[in-house]
Amino acid sequence: MLEARVTVRQGEFLLEAELTCRGTTVVMGPNGAGKSTLLRALLGAVRPEAGRIVYGREILFDDARAIDKPPEERGIAYVPQGYGLFPHLDVLDNVMFGIRRGRRQERIVHALSILEDLEVRELARRRPSELSGGEQQRVALARAVASSPRVLLLDEPLSALDQAARPRVRRFLADWLRGTRLRTVLVTHDASDARELADELVVLEGGQVVQRGTPDAIAFRPTTEFVAALTAGLIERDHRSVPPPGMLTEDE
Amino acid sequence: MTDALRIAAKALGFALVLFLLLPFVALALTLSAGDYTAAVDRGLWEALWLSLGSTTIAAAVLVLSGTPLAWWLARRSGWLARRIEGLVRLPAVTPPAVAGVALLAAFGRAGLFGEALSEAGIGIPFTLAAVVLAQLFVAAPFFVLPVADAFREVDDELLWTARSLGTGPAAVFFRVVLPMSAPTFVGGLAMAWARALGEFGATLVFAGNLPGVTQTLPIAIYTEMEGDLGPARVMALVLLGFALLLFAALRTARVERVLGKRT
Repeated sequence: MLEARVTVRQGEFLLEAELTCRGTTVVMGPNGAGKSTLLRALLGAVRPEAGRIVYGREILFDDARAIDKPPEERGIAYVPQGYGLFPHLDVLDNVMFGIRRGRRQERIVHALSILEDLEVRELARRRPSELSGGEQQRVALARAVASSPRVLLLDEPLSALDQAARPRVRRFLADWLRGTRLRTVLVTHDASDARELADELVVLEGGQVVQRGTPDAIAFRPTTEFVAALTAGLIERDHRSVPPPGMLTEDE
Repeated sequence: MTDALRIAAKALGFALVLFLLLPFVALALTLSAGDYTAAVDRGLWEALWLSLGSTTIAAAVLVLSGTPLAWWLARRSGWLARRIEGLVRLPAVTPPAVAGVALLAAFGRAGLFGEALSEAGIGIPFTLAAVVLAQLFVAAPFFVLPVADAFREVDDELLWTARSLGTGPAAVFFRVVLPMSAPTFVGGLAMAWARALGEFGATLVFAGNLPGVTQTLPIAIYTEMEGDLGPARVMALVLLGFALLLFAALRTARVERVLGKRT
């Protein structure tokens, strides 16, 4: 289990957030709520001014004890917005990037088997620029998994896709996340993502956590206007084609 | 009217091409049979090796010191970084003779560090070291500035992603940043090397004109101009040939692979 309590100050902006991740935790909020900053703090790209980040018994960050593990030692694989595939490497080399153990031939076999799991093995020799958004996402997930992380961080995993592709890729991601044992923290501003992907939902507004719980629990007791709008989105789960009034829709 | 204008514009452009091309053609056409032997007698190969050796050292020093500097410049945007970037640009707009005088003022026997250097038993002016320093001085901006720009274009998110996959910062630099910047890195190195190879003014002032010690090929050409033009033309053609060869070699080298495409 990943547990984090962080205070991050960036100029005027103050983020104070607590988060526990057992399965898939979705962090949701409007633009500027501090979602990506929270993710970067978990990753180790932003140093919190106070707080503690723990995986199981291992301390990844603790300001009181002056512990701050660098990203490469946290076992937290990051998939940024737009997927961040290395443009100078083909798909196979991208996936092999994080595989450390074994001889080259073994690493190739391992990478290919992960690509196979994600149903994109045939893309192994393609360059990232030749892939569709959905394919890039699968390759990015393969690359993240290949590094044997304990936690996966996904920043707006569907925002780079066009409207038409989103529901299908979201469906795939939801099934895939349920299939893997990886703990995942996923950031989105899209209620449809939260609805389909979240075991637990954390709602951020203005750098503060305004509500947390299962999507259903939050749906019945919204505490702010934003959460209420979100709630409408969550209740829409049985009428997906109709966007709820005032709700953040997929094109935002 | 527009037709006339278009024809005039084309003619002007074409005239420039002719003007750029003609000297090279003339250089080749005016050679005579005895010129090559005369050029060899006058120290053509000695000067060429000196040029190639000194520019290779200068290029190596430039890569070793210029790459970290370019990285630092790319990742900082503060007052100090902008000032230092301006400073690195300075040699590119400094007249070579001025660069030579300035280098003498710093490292010459009567210069700022002259006394300290001579007490340590080091004399720089009129040695091979002076040749290399002059070349390094004038060539540095042509490598550091474009490479810093290329480094700047590598998205931070990509670097954090690579780190999160278990790769330390140094390995991220060699496996992500350098390969992604390879075309500019190589292009900048080629430009800097060509600039060093052609270096004349600063070298002449700071390193002098000692055959076999500091007489690089451009300086040998200058020396020959005092007498018979024949050997000078041969030397000029050889220098041109090597500059083009170097440029072509660097441009076609599969540097991405050398810099670590394979994991």
